[in-house]
Amino acid sequence: MYEFEFEKPSTIADAVKALGEEDAQALGGGQTLIPTLKQRLAMPSTLVSLSGIAEMRGVCPDGDAIAIGGATTHAEVEAATADSYPALSALAGQIGDPAVRNRGTIGGSLANNDPSACYPAAALASGATIVTNAREIAADDYFQGLFTTALDEGEIITNVRMPVPQAAHYEKFVQPASRFALVGVFVARFADGVRVAVTGASEEGVFRWSEAEAALAGNFDPAAIDGLSVDAEGMIGDLHGTKAYRAHLVGVITKRAVAAAA
Amino acid sequence: MPKDSGIGASPKRREDVRFLTGTGNYTDDINLNGQAYVHFLRSDVAHGRLVSVDTSDAAAMPGVVRIFTGADFEGVGGLPCGWQVTDRFGEVMQEPAHPVLAQGKVRHVGDPIAAVVADTPEQARDAAEAIAVEMEELPAVINMKEAVKDGATKVHDDLTSNLCYDWGFVEENREAVDKAIQDAAHVTTLELVNNRLVANPMEPRVAVGDFNRATGESTLYTTSQNPHVIRLLMGAFVLGIPEHKLRVVAPDVGGGFGSKIFHYAEEAFCTFAAKALNRAVKWTSSRSEAFMSDAHGRDHVTKIELALDADNNFTALRTETYANMGAYLSTFAPSVPTWLHGTLMAGNYKTPLIYVNVKAVFTNTVAVDAYRGAGRPEATYQLERVIDKAARELGVDPIALRRQNFITEFPYATPVAVEYDTGDYVATMDKLEEIADLSGFAARRAASEAKGKLRGLGVNCYIEACGIAPSNLVGQLGARAGLYESATVRVNATGGIVVMTGSHSHGQGHETSFPQVIADMIGIPEDMVEIEHGDTANTPMGMGTYGSRSLAVGGSAMVRATEKIIAKAKKIAAHILEASDADIELKDGQFTVAGTDKSLAWGDVTLAAYVPHNYPLEDIEPGLEETAFYDPANFTYPSGAYACEVEVDPDTGKVTIESFAAADDFGNIVNPMIVDGQVHGGIGQGIGQALLEGCVYDEDGQLLSASFMDYAMPRADDLPFYKVDHSCQTPCTHNPLGVKGCGEAGAIGTPPAVVNAVVDALQSAGKDVTHIDMPLSPARVWAAMNG
Ligand SMILES: Cc1cc2nc3c(=O)[nH]c(=O)nc-3n(C[C@H](O)[C@H](O)[C@H](O)COP(=O)(O)OP(=O)(O)OC[C@H]3O[C@@H](n4cnc5c(N)ncnc54)[C@H](O)[C@@H]3O)c2cc1C
Repeated sequence: MYEFEFEKPSTIADAVKALGEEDAQALGGGQTLIPTLKQRLAMPSTLVSLSGIAEMRGVCPDGDAIAIGGATTHAEVEAATADSYPALSALAGQIGDPAVRNRGTIGGSLANNDPSACYPAAALASGATIVTNAREIAADDYFQGLFTTALDEGEIITNVRMPVPQAAHYEKFVQPASRFALVGVFVARFADGVRVAVTGASEEGVFRWSEAEAALAGNFDPAAIDGLSVDAEGMIGDLHGTKAYRAHLVGVITKRAVAAAA
Repeated sequence: MPKDSGIGASPKRREDVRFLTGTGNYTDDINLNGQAYVHFLRSDVAHGRLVSVDTSDAAAMPGVVRIFTGADFEGVGGLPCGWQVTDRFGEVMQEPAHPVLAQGKVRHVGDPIAAVVADTPEQARDAAEAIAVEMEELPAVINMKEAVKDGATKVHDDLTSNLCYDWGFVEENREAVDKAIQDAAHVTTLELVNNRLVANPMEPRVAVGDFNRATGESTLYTTSQNPHVIRLLMGAFVLGIPEHKLRVVAPDVGGGFGSKIFHYAEEAFCTFAAKALNRAVKWTSSRSEAFMSDAHGRDHVTKIELALDADNNFTALRTETYANMGAYLSTFAPSVPTWLHGTLMAGNYKTPLIYVNVKAVFTNTVAVDAYRGAGRPEATYQLERVIDKAARELGVDPIALRRQNFITEFPYATPVAVEYDTGDYVATMDKLEEIADLSGFAARRAASEAKGKLRGLGVNCYIEACGIAPSNLVGQLGARAGLYESATVRVNATGGIVVMTGSHSHGQGHETSFPQVIADMIGIPEDMVEIEHGDTANTPMGMGTYGSRSLAVGGSAMVRATEKIIAKAKKIAAHILEASDADIELKDGQFTVAGTDKSLAWGDVTLAAYVPHNYPLEDIEPGLEETAFYDPANFTYPSGAYACEVEVDPDTGKVTIESFAAADDFGNIVNPMIVDGQVHGGIGQGIGQALLEGCVYDEDGQLLSASFMDYAMPRADDLPFYKVDHSCQTPCTHNPLGVKGCGEAGAIGTPPAVVNAVVDALQSAGKDVTHIDMPLSPARVWAAMNG
């Protein structure tokens, strides 16, 4: 690591102010950022920890949705949504290991937007609203490619509002080494339609599989996916699977997600 | 009846108390007064000519003590290779120089270019970033078959090519083997890759060099499996320090699996720099550094042909292997694909004619050397895979084909120059069929199929040569060292015993199992015996731990020394009891005179040895301390049969291990619980190799699997509960304990069982798949199933 200053504000306003400094960076659970710092791949002047901001922690009902503070850990989400949003709870419970889940936060995960991360699939499939210190961003507008989001410099995810579907499931097929998603599919059935978000697969990061959504809207059954496929071009091809393999898995894992949700 | 003490009992591992409560003393726990820290600037390209290394800015940075480059090591020896292989034309192998810090060229990603010594690790790292390296990048040599073609870029400019050696074994058999294959009723051919692995012990390597100006003595604390070997290699060949001025300490070591056998540049550097700076110098490897500087394992590309007659008897075996050496010859690298591999190609079978050809190749990758099993897993994998393939081609039961060709008479001289002293391959296979419930497989397959899964059964045998090794023999084979072991048994006045052993424990449990042997011989409680190891200052010259040799060779030395102790103690007892030596019996820690009720306790005799008032001083010296060196007469030959059942998800290619059974013959067993643990760990690593682990370079020589994000280590939930049995015991005939060694068996016997099982599963679904290269990741299995 390079040397940096450390601040731990207790209000969003103070955090925003601290992040106004040049090269200051937000610190969530540090589960992505700390390894990056240890490899000296980032050189922030100040780390602004968000973990001391009470208004950014915890899960509460919000009409037909739930609102999750941006600094809420995966373990807290897992515990707090077990009844209100079981598919989300299960997703949180499958992230990393207990140490990661007790530190890593939903805001950090969404801000990072790793192409293999789990929460982006949940947020996109749920039609979440990403609430920041400055504005509200619809999930459909928020994810903009690998490690790229609509967030501006210094903007903080303070809250994530997730509409709770009638039925949902996240199916994760893990990459053997990292156990991030090699392909992960979150399906969510709402009164007015079905949303299918795929993570791990695409070179563009998390995406909605609209053909599958259309097919499932009429028939929420794995068989509805038969014959549908995503184009292998544009899929990730690496050590752990070719483009063709990932494209194939998108179909298989979507079916499994539907079967488990239905 | 399980025993509760001595040989055959399973006391809990006493060392675990400190390992599990955070009170171990690992090398990184050692911090010396005023120590400085070194950071190595490592090459980020696979192959390049160093045009200039400018350290001037870096040297001026805060805390920097001194920056060393290759130039500082001119005139200093390079890292030596401990084994010289002679090729099939009678020429010795090509042996490149291996400088401590790169000189002129870098040859793999991770090759150290400069070493920054500073007051803190952070300062050393900061300064390393300020070193300006001008490099002319050269094409990377990665693919072994390309590397040996005419005109290929050379890894070492001063060698004639990238071929280290072209070894033939047994060369005299070559023509006869060719002819037998030509004339065979059936020949099965298989081409396969034995995947490159990274050992990844839990504790990364650490070295702390120290120098005492007053005595002129250097000390190296290091994560090593064999401190005396490091002292010899580093002292004699690299730094020119005689043994009496060099102490090497390998304290608690958190796993090695072979990767901590070798003498590494960082060890030599810290020792050298400590003397140059008159200040202790410490290096702690990060995990990322470990991936690109620890010796890797395996990495063979092989074509194997098995010839059978019309009755399915094996008639000949021929192999051609390309073995990756990496960029430099690590300490024992040349021996692994040759003597530790070729000599095992007979396996458990009476194939009369065998010819093994190995081309060892230099590439721009990290050096490859012994990793748990070393050569024997590569041999076993090819042989047991090709037999399985032959059985399928011939439409015969793979177990029956093996049984038909088993060696059944011992001793058995193989056509590849070793003599198996004992074994009973029928018994281990019978035992395996029982514990693995092979007769119930069809029903289990049906149950899996009902869930939409493909179930496969893989069975194989293995033989290994352990307890390495007879020194005179390995000397003829090119070893530049002897492979005996040593022990000093020091009995204290009040009867407690300290054993100084040349074996080194880095997880094996010696501190528990060795006392069981000695306590049994004398008849005293195990807790009266303490084991010391790992410090050249207080242990006799020993060769360390690898090759499943500690109990077979080190334990035998201990037995010999204890026999001397007992003989002397009997003399003392005879004197005090006024009897003749020959009439003295030792049982349960009591010396008795045969046929009388006269007796003396162990402690009375040991006290007399140190307080020799009533003592035969005219015949024997006071004191009770004996040393023995034991040089084995032969290798030991553990063997066994393994069975693996897998389920394959046909939609994703994901393999899960549903059951795993191992029936091993390790000869006599000292601590069954420790043996179980060794087998469990070995199977875990074998499953890791078969399903998960793969070290991959791209064509530019960049390490793609450079962290745990991409290099998949086996985790608990990847592994099944094992059924392990070692009740088949044909004791070794030539060591006093009748033991064979168990440390590597699991890693040797497991990979073919897993791959055989997956192929069986796919074929059960009518897939025309005869082989898949490891690791059998979901992607690879799916690709194989889908053409
Ligand atoms: C071993 C391991 C296994 C893992 N497995 C998985 C897995 O299976 N699936 C998965 O999805 N993830 C996985 N992760 C990643 C984990 O979920 C991280 O916690 C997460 O990606 C980042 O969250 P964090 O709170 O730790 O963020 P940090 O690491 O602290 O920060 C990450 C980035 O987000 C920014 N940031 C943090 N919080 C906010 C905020 N509230 N607003 C704006 N920007 C912010 C930071 O500035 C930084 O750029 C794993 C991580 C590890 C170490």
